[in-house]
Amino acid sequence: MKNFKISKNMKDNVITYGIVIAAYVIMQILVSTGHVSSLMQGLLVPLCVYVILAVSLNLTVGILGELSLGHAGFMCVGAFAGAFFSKCMKNVITFGLIRFVLAILIGAVAAGIIGFLIGMPVLRLRGDYLAIVTLAFGEIIKSIINVLYIGKDSRGLHFSTKDSLSLGLEPEGDVIINGAQGITGTPKDSTFTIGIILIILTLIIVLNLIHSRDGRAIMSIRDNLIAAESIGINITKYKLMAFSISAALAGVAGVLYSHNLNSLMATPKNFGYNMSIMILVFVVLGGIGNIRGSIISAVVLTLLPELLRGLSNYRMLIYSVVLIVMMLFNWSPKLIDLRKRYSLKRLLKKNREVQ
Amino acid sequence: MKKFKKAVSLLAAAAMTATMLSACGGSDANQGADTQEAAGAETTESAGGTETSESTGASFKIGAIGPSTGGAAVYGIAVQNGADLAVKEINAAGGINGHQIEYNFQDDECDNEKSVNAYNTLKDWGMQMLVGTTTSGCCIAVAAESANDNLFQLTPSGSSVDILKDNDNVFQVCFTDPNQGVGAAQYIGTNAVAEKVAVIYDSSDVYSSGIYEKFAQEAANQPFEIVSAEAFTADNKTDFSVQLQKAKDAGAELIFLPIYYTEASLILTQANGMGYAPKFFGCDGLDGILNVKNFDTALAEGVMLLTPFAADAEDEATKSFVSAYQEAYGDTPNQFAADAYDAVYILKAALEKSGAAPDESVSDICEKLKGAMVEITVDGLTGEAMSWDSDGAVNKAPKAMEIVNGNYSLIQ
Repeated sequence: MKNFKISKNMKDNVITYGIVIAAYVIMQILVSTGHVSSLMQGLLVPLCVYVILAVSLNLTVGILGELSLGHAGFMCVGAFAGAFFSKCMKNVITFGLIRFVLAILIGAVAAGIIGFLIGMPVLRLRGDYLAIVTLAFGEIIKSIINVLYIGKDSRGLHFSTKDSLSLGLEPEGDVIINGAQGITGTPKDSTFTIGIILIILTLIIVLNLIHSRDGRAIMSIRDNLIAAESIGINITKYKLMAFSISAALAGVAGVLYSHNLNSLMATPKNFGYNMSIMILVFVVLGGIGNIRGSIISAVVLTLLPELLRGLSNYRMLIYSVVLIVMMLFNWSPKLIDLRKRYSLKRLLKKNREVQ
Repeated sequence: MKKFKKAVSLLAAAAMTATMLSACGGSDANQGADTQEAAGAETTESAGGTETSESTGASFKIGAIGPSTGGAAVYGIAVQNGADLAVKEINAAGGINGHQIEYNFQDDECDNEKSVNAYNTLKDWGMQMLVGTTTSGCCIAVAAESANDNLFQLTPSGSSVDILKDNDNVFQVCFTDPNQGVGAAQYIGTNAVAEKVAVIYDSSDVYSSGIYEKFAQEAANQPFEIVSAEAFTADNKTDFSVQLQKAKDAGAELIFLPIYYTEASLILTQANGMGYAPKFFGCDGLDGILNVKNFDTALAEGVMLLTPFAADAEDEATKSFVSAYQEAYGDTPNQFAADAYDAVYILKAALEKSGAAPDESVSDICEKLKGAMVEITVDGLTGEAMSWDSDGAVNKAPKAMEIVNGNYSLIQ
């Protein structure tokens, strides 16, 4: 029985990795043979970003069982930390890949530390209360970044929270983070290949964590806090572990995001609570606790508004309707019953074919 | 049950791959023989549509980007309509060098990432020149992409200087933010409008904080003093009593408002409510303040603004533009519409000067236009004798307007 369990996990994981690698290979072949439109090529990196975000949020929501609405805030920290580093080091480290890897590490560490700090007070709460407090923290992070001015000249770094004039820079000094105007001129280091590598790393971290001893402890907290406490599981430690790993991975996605665009601003659109909810939608649609589902739903929901461009002004309306229909189709109990009833025959046939 | 789950997840995976494949397949077809059909689809799509070219010759493909959904939709739709109107007029008059124009507008929701997606969509469509993007933030992101492709870009209203930095393929129709800030400070200084000035600006907006910074820098050289500079952000832009009280306590005679008209109308109303009546001075964002619903326009009496365009100006070009626009879209055009309208005519002038043909490559057209832009002078709605430097900034005189009897009038 035990052996069977492990092999089932293995099989499950292999399918997940397989999907990612297959998608990568197919896309690479199509790109190299010139069958991919500019729109799709431009979407490849954002797809990787959203997949990483969805998988990492699933760690908090699905595995730890806590509703977090501040995920975009951690992404924001990672994005700005990474972009700040890259902009500072643009002329020092000229080899793009090394600079980018360092930026990713810095973004992950920064977001992880912020996740740890926020997690300490916040994870004492449960359920709705936690959701609301994380929502607030996400907004605080965004607001702080919007008033932050950092400049660099020969005397070093200058900080201000008023405006870029009060930095007192030398004439040749460079304003790196210009408050609400954010960072412009981030080198475009993100590529699809790096994005896929990061997705696979994220999957390795998350899937291994889930199936490890620590992961079991985390899931026991989700399933029954009191029972977990009673057998001596260190609740705070495991909660913080899951929360900060999830934050650090969101930071990685942020770095990938910021190095794909020339200008980075913390607007309500990209790092506000709307984005946090968007990521939560990916997770819920894909199935809470289902990592593979998160990947698929992140890809589908990111592609959908772009593929609907042909519908012009009705596009966002149709997008919302499709979202509702998909949610109902996937999770409405009545529809699940219906699907079971009507697909059984086909299912049996398929199984026979497979065998 | 477990088998069923597995099968479903496999199906979903297959569906995902299929989506990706079909996405690629569809766009692949777009690049090929379906271009005509795609163009046809766009025609019905863009409000009112572009007239399909009658001539058998190739046509110029002009793309435009702006937010037509979301909070900044007013500006995007204005640009969409303004450019559309100009394209229709030019096509009706025989096109550019005998070639018709095809026009395609894409929504970017005022989001940098979506804007790049919109740009890529237009590239798939076969865009040769871009009139866009509408907002500064998106424009910076898109300019980096277009510079990479060497595709000619003319932004009607993206006013940040970062757009022009390192991108020699990008030109502007509107003033850059620094120009507006410096212009406003110089105007207040040389005309001795006030000695104590307060500023209320939106620190979360590139346009507003960009103008404020340059205004504050230039103010140091001018015979007036900034006694209070208070910021607000996009998240709390309904109550300005704190900012106004500070300005009042500091004894400011003039409040400089480098912001958009919606917030400005609230500031005017609230200042009136607290019995504070300084002079108000704004930039082109204030254009439109007289059309705000439920706003007592008597309060705007005496407000001064630097703007390139006013819908009730009396000259012939503006009048015919406003009436044509109202007829086509049922709305009074604002400065964004006028900028976009001018942008298309500027493109026409540059294309005629350079003699570029639609069958040339995107990069060749861009090189020709870059050369032509510095040589042409265009009289448009938003300025007379507009000319351009090779860095892309426009040279035109700012117009100072004052609101008198509910109308904009030029200050001599």
